[in-house]
Amino acid sequence: MARETPAGDLRLADLTKRFGVFTAVDDLSLTIEQGSFFALLGASGCGKTTTLRMIAGLEEPTSGQVLLGDRDIARLRPYKRPVNTVFQSYALFPHLDIFENVAFGLRRRGIRSVDDEVTRMLSLVQLDGYGNRRPAQLSGGQQQRVALARALINRPQVLLLDEPLGALDLKLRRQMQIELKRIQTEVGITFVHVTHDQEEAMTMADTVAVMNAGRIEQLGAPADIYEFPATAFVANFLGQSNLLAGEATSASGGDVAVTAHGTRFSVPAGRSRAEHGPVHLGVRPEKLILVGSADQVPAGHQQVTGVVTDASYVGVSTQYLLRTGWGTELSVFAANSGTSTPVAVGSEAVAYWDPQHAFLLPRDAADTDRTSPVLDEPVGASS
Amino acid sequence: MTLLAPTRAGHPPPAPPAARSGRRRLLPYLLLLPGAAWLLIFFGVPLVQLAAASLYDPSGSLSTGYAMTWAVGNYPDVLQAYWPQFLRSFGYAGLALVLALLLGYPLAYAIAQKAGRWKNLLLVCVVAPMFTSFLVRTLAWKTILSDNGALVGLLRDVHLLAPDGRLLATPFAVVLGLTYNFLPFLVLPLYASLERLDPRLLEAATDLYASPVQAFRRVTLPLSMPGLVAGTLLFFIPASGDYINAELLGTPNEYMIGNVIDSAFLVRLDYPQGAALSFLLMAAILAVVFGYLRRAGTEEVL
Repeated sequence: MARETPAGDLRLADLTKRFGVFTAVDDLSLTIEQGSFFALLGASGCGKTTTLRMIAGLEEPTSGQVLLGDRDIARLRPYKRPVNTVFQSYALFPHLDIFENVAFGLRRRGIRSVDDEVTRMLSLVQLDGYGNRRPAQLSGGQQQRVALARALINRPQVLLLDEPLGALDLKLRRQMQIELKRIQTEVGITFVHVTHDQEEAMTMADTVAVMNAGRIEQLGAPADIYEFPATAFVANFLGQSNLLAGEATSASGGDVAVTAHGTRFSVPAGRSRAEHGPVHLGVRPEKLILVGSADQVPAGHQQVTGVVTDASYVGVSTQYLLRTGWGTELSVFAANSGTSTPVAVGSEAVAYWDPQHAFLLPRDAADTDRTSPVLDEPVGASS
Repeated sequence: MTLLAPTRAGHPPPAPPAARSGRRRLLPYLLLLPGAAWLLIFFGVPLVQLAAASLYDPSGSLSTGYAMTWAVGNYPDVLQAYWPQFLRSFGYAGLALVLALLLGYPLAYAIAQKAGRWKNLLLVCVVAPMFTSFLVRTLAWKTILSDNGALVGLLRDVHLLAPDGRLLATPFAVVLGLTYNFLPFLVLPLYASLERLDPRLLEAATDLYASPVQAFRRVTLPLSMPGLVAGTLLFFIPASGDYINAELLGTPNEYMIGNVIDSAFLVRLDYPQGAALSFLLMAAILAVVFGYLRRAGTEEVL
């Protein structure tokens, strides 16, 4: 973040928004580089949409700045900002045809000859020839693309996307994700994408910010966040983690020793965010390997013994639940690569992992084991 | 009863399906029947009666009886005699419509989009005056506008009105009365249209560089057109045929076509004239309405 302030970076500085006593966005600061694809990821009500609306100008910040380059746009009216939005509900104008919907922004700025631009935009979103239809005559995916064309045609410095794929079914959503990414690379505009769908954020964005309760929990490249989450929330919001409550006792020889449920484990210091006191020892389910007995565990690995209580075959993998001696059920994903033998429900089994794949997070003293993903209830398409 | 009883073994199912679907096809017409009969008896028949009366010999009278002489000349005659009242009717109704739009559009918009939990209460306030009689409301205006009333006194004191100036018995009073009495007919359909207006469309418009004025012109106004068209018609049609306001708040100098028809039927007992005037009024209103609907382009509307 130590770059010279170039013309187009979007910077949020100490941005706060309160609705009465409720703080929706809490002293948020971040920099979004020009031309990047940035995703704000969080469960509904975490403040991500409010942040987006403050950038768009549809919500006025209680305090703080929204800087585009060196210019503070936080108090500009929305129609004076070089920023456009693709709305969650698309908000296409039902009384105008597709052509006029796309031309709307250009016309409002007094541009007369819009035909070429609109035609070009419609072909960019693969809707050639749809110009004289009404929004109601289009499918959800087509409407979504009109909304995108309507915003992009203005060549904004920043394009905001508010859960733009939320109303689409899964297959169409995957297709649109690839499409959006392609268009973003093609036009080179900064995209700020708000979503509650972690997979969507990871597949599209260069940088992801995970938000929770109005604050950013972690910011970074999708792989970095996934492999080494910063908090228990992130560990279980972005994918799923087995987090065991333990105490970090000592750091020696590049390793941190942890005692959890009476067993000693160790985690490399480079993968530890805490070296003393209460910690969560985390391992991703797909990093656990399930074997029948302890003598099958290779040297240098660490292990937990338990009873298999559930096995769900989902095609690409089998998802096991392993009940440990102290009652916690760990998730284990065994890839269906044809190399491992299935484990029967009810049998004793050992789950082991490479210490390089574990991570250590600070823990509230009252916090216990956490193994289930944070529920990310989809924000209703109509709300 | 066999229809309702469970089918016993061996019996063929009762009620052949053909008869059933035949009855079902008749159902819509049966439902229409009472309304259609009502319309025929109380609208269709009198309308034909009135059309006939407008062609009676104008020299007849109630006591001597009327002869049917197909006197088409009744029409040009009444038009020549009463064209000022015709013009005045549409002038006053048009003026009242403009006033009502200036009052009613912001009102309907505020109730539909900004009132929040006060919405229902405000709607009741719009409709509540209708619970009292039209006459009573107009008489109340007579009191408000009267020469020794507080309003005239105040206006005279601040020199907005000459010391001998008055409000009652002026065109102003009649237009005011029309505006007041028919305002709900404009506000309610407008409200219904504006209530459906998705505020997110306005956000989208401002996001796409539309100033508030442009957002209104390009989004709010076109999307409220169905209500606006319905409301203006529901306002304009009864307002241009009204005679109570001119009668109670005006003088013969403010009389509208309604007053002339009223006196033709009830005072002068000149039925052919009254009937011819009624038909001319109807034709004029129809012409205005069709011209308006063509221009408003209702197919542009959702």
